[in-house]
Amino acid sequence: MTQASLVRQITDFANRADPYPLYEELRRTPVLHEEEGGPYVISSYYDIEGLLHDPRISSDAANLAAAGEDDISQAENTGLPPSFLRLDPPEHDRLRRIANSAFGPPHRPRRVENMRGEMAGIVTELIDGLADTRQIDLVDQFAYPFPVTVICRLLGVPRDDEPRFRSWVDPLVATLDPETRKTADAEFVKAAQEARMQLGMYLAGLVEERTKEPRDDLLSDLVHSQGPDGSMTMMEVLSTAVLLLIAGHETTVNLITNGMLTLLRHPDVLQRLRTEPGLSVRIVEELLRYEPPVQIVPQRTCIADIEVRGVTIPKGSRLWLVLAAGNRDPERFKEPGRFDPDREDIQHLGFGSGIHSCFGAPLARLETQIALTELARRLENPRLAEDPPPYRQNAVLRGPRHLNITFDAWR
Amino acid sequence: MPADHVERLRREGRIVIVGASLAGLRAAETLRAEGFAGELTLIGDEPYEPYDRPPLSKSVLLGKASPLHTELPHRWEVDAKWRLGVAAAGLDLTAGRVRLADGDEVEYDRLLIATGVRARPWPKEEEARLDGVCLLRTREDAADLYRRLRAGPRRVFVIGAGFAGSEVASACREMGIAVTVAERAGAPLVGALGGVIGAVAAGLQTENGVDLRTHVTVTSLEGDPVGRVRAVHLSDESVVEADVVVVSLGSLRNTEWLAGSGLGAGPRGIACDAGCRAFDFRGIVTDDVFVAGDVARSPHALFGYQFLSLEHWGNAVAQAETAAHNMICHGAERRPHLWMPAFWSSMFGVNIKSVGVPPMGEQLMITQGSLAERRFVGVYGHQGRMIAAVSFDNTRWLEFYQRQIERGAPFPVEFPTMDRRPEGLRPVAADFPDPSLPTHGPTVTLSGYSPADQQLVFHPARH
Ligand SMILES: Cc1cc2nc3c(=O)[nH]c(=O)nc-3n(C[C@H](O)[C@H](O)[C@H](O)COP(=O)(O)OP(=O)(O)OC[C@H]3O[C@@H](n4cnc5c(N)ncnc54)[C@H](O)[C@@H]3O)c2cc1C
Repeated sequence: MTQASLVRQITDFANRADPYPLYEELRRTPVLHEEEGGPYVISSYYDIEGLLHDPRISSDAANLAAAGEDDISQAENTGLPPSFLRLDPPEHDRLRRIANSAFGPPHRPRRVENMRGEMAGIVTELIDGLADTRQIDLVDQFAYPFPVTVICRLLGVPRDDEPRFRSWVDPLVATLDPETRKTADAEFVKAAQEARMQLGMYLAGLVEERTKEPRDDLLSDLVHSQGPDGSMTMMEVLSTAVLLLIAGHETTVNLITNGMLTLLRHPDVLQRLRTEPGLSVRIVEELLRYEPPVQIVPQRTCIADIEVRGVTIPKGSRLWLVLAAGNRDPERFKEPGRFDPDREDIQHLGFGSGIHSCFGAPLARLETQIALTELARRLENPRLAEDPPPYRQNAVLRGPRHLNITFDAWR
Repeated sequence: MPADHVERLRREGRIVIVGASLAGLRAAETLRAEGFAGELTLIGDEPYEPYDRPPLSKSVLLGKASPLHTELPHRWEVDAKWRLGVAAAGLDLTAGRVRLADGDEVEYDRLLIATGVRARPWPKEEEARLDGVCLLRTREDAADLYRRLRAGPRRVFVIGAGFAGSEVASACREMGIAVTVAERAGAPLVGALGGVIGAVAAGLQTENGVDLRTHVTVTSLEGDPVGRVRAVHLSDESVVEADVVVVSLGSLRNTEWLAGSGLGAGPRGIACDAGCRAFDFRGIVTDDVFVAGDVARSPHALFGYQFLSLEHWGNAVAQAETAAHNMICHGAERRPHLWMPAFWSSMFGVNIKSVGVPPMGEQLMITQGSLAERRFVGVYGHQGRMIAAVSFDNTRWLEFYQRQIERGAPFPVEFPTMDRRPEGLRPVAADFPDPSLPTHGPTVTLSGYSPADQQLVFHPARH
């Protein structure tokens, strides 16, 4: 296998079901740069961790666009302003802090935790709706609807509108895939742009209602925020809402699905979880290491020359931080390829690190803990109908498209 | 023979730890985790199981945590003999024996000293005894101060605006209590972070309603006829009425019990080598007495082999782990204590953190954010290299600066960063009151891509 093909292999769908041998190969050249103008691919744990804390690395969409202008980043520059995920300090800090004051500590320390009962209710309802089945597609029938319902409740988006916004979310998520980006034609670009616009307009309607009449939801809090950081503009509220809506469920779907897939491949752990619900905390952490739903952070640019392992990455270069490769780096983890919720120090890059570390982490953790515990408890003798399952195209947000499970009964 | 000796020690040796707090507990846990199966004794003069101190000046004063419940979680079964509520009163190095205040004696094959520091009391004893004059070091201190704050004093007076004093002032303001802070230097935190950052801390205090008095000292405390403190007299001849006075004048090392033992112990702590082995008074390293935590002074390669004594939580943990490891292994397996100094604090809603040794810095550059917004990262320079960094509400970046310090990165900082403002483009004097300039000489850096394979790299001095 020649080196020149490695970056292409990352996006190659053929590697989707099991990208880990490829990642192992990547780690042999920890700073991989294959062609002029191409990204620098970083795949070792400590390097990725270091770069995620490096103030010379920018997440700003404008810097990224300058580093390798493509049609999609241009499309993204129109309409809604970038969300805080695609901004650097100080704008990033201001917006993220305002968003956080509606979501987590110190202002709302229990907002997520208080949803525990509601989440359990949603799970029970979903499962009860499947009472007569002996086979399910976990993705369509559980792992997707559950987090969507949760994020809708949290934000204050009517659950019944899901089919509408799904048709806008799907093309947006597709734009995160490097392969799709590369091959994007004018029509695709236009569709993505259109989808973002439509989603923005849809949310604008809801935001307008909340401006007049606040409720107990995140949208209301975003509109009415008035902390030391001031308030968000209408456009900022909208791009934050788009970010939370999309990130709030696209990744969790994969975390739950990857989780169930992994448990079915490790029946002993699944069996333990059945009687030991407390184990779900460690299981989810180990999953975030072993099968992270966000495999790559492809949107960073160097604003200075940076040396990594003796290689100088020139200013202006794009970086791909392959989180999933770092998570299985033997330099950092003993037996990295083993799924082991009992391992002593479960650390991972599954939620990234540094100032952009996953905003929704507490929500995703809790949702997945509840989902997996309930599935383990209620499915009688579950097994995989096909292994590996069919995967989605996306190499960045990696997960099965379907996960067919057969079982004997619901408990 | 030596190999045998270590094996026997691990199997059936007797290890005594004096000081049953953070460093003592972590050392005990490490000894067991690394397979020490012999007899372990922990001696502590406080009557409690080891507890955590940082919350005492923060959440405890605010009533968010009970002073009685800041126990340190045990990470490992220590299976030790606990001698709590009794102080060690003497040490016989030749016989390998610790004498206790109750007359008992405990023999050891290896001894770890982790007796920490205590709060420096108000020097005039009679005034110090006035009701309402408080210190803050122990759980009892915290419970007492909390009770007094809860009672709604008219005014609290804090003597000394270091981290602890400033944290107390912050807690008072959060509870709506009037508070005056007196500081000999020109601003709070000057000793730790220098005058430039001190000015930011001063702004933080005054804006939050603290009556901050700088360039003054307290000359006396005045009591009422029944022995309660009622006023504080200052060197500028002003008088401030207060019913609670918190003395926050730094600390004294708990080494008196070692007087005459022959160990190199004194008011500045106990000197030890990089492997945590104590020196005797002749400067010769002992082989069976180890030191860790606030009471230790150890040379640090990254900082010119200066003997640093660090009153930092993280240092106590790391040094205890290293000491414990070194106590029960062969010479070649010993590890140096190369911990990067790091300190955190929170006050007036701002998170402050530093890495490295800021007071070694002569100059300062604000590499991210801005002083005016009180959200920034500042880098300290010493002889052309980065020696420390401090952040206000920007903790997540410090890891990066830590790596830079470890690599001996050059100062002034030339690379651009996100959020670098014009004010941060040129170094300014860091403005420490009494800069202690260490000697010139060769430098040392830590190298290695991962913390797992870090090594020392020696760079000869350039002439
Ligand atoms: C109020 C407060 C806030 C703090 N906040 C922070 C913070 O935010 N960040 C940070 O990094 N650090 C902070 N620290 C410092 C941190 O708590 C110390 O660095 C840490 O406790 C050191 O641990 P140690 O075990 O070395 O010493 P200590 O915790 O002082 O323990 C020493 C123990 O030995 C006992 N002892 C002393 N003499 C004898 C004797 N002769 N015989 C038997 N026992 C003896 C003492 O009573 C004590 O129990 C704070 C400290 C205080 C007091």
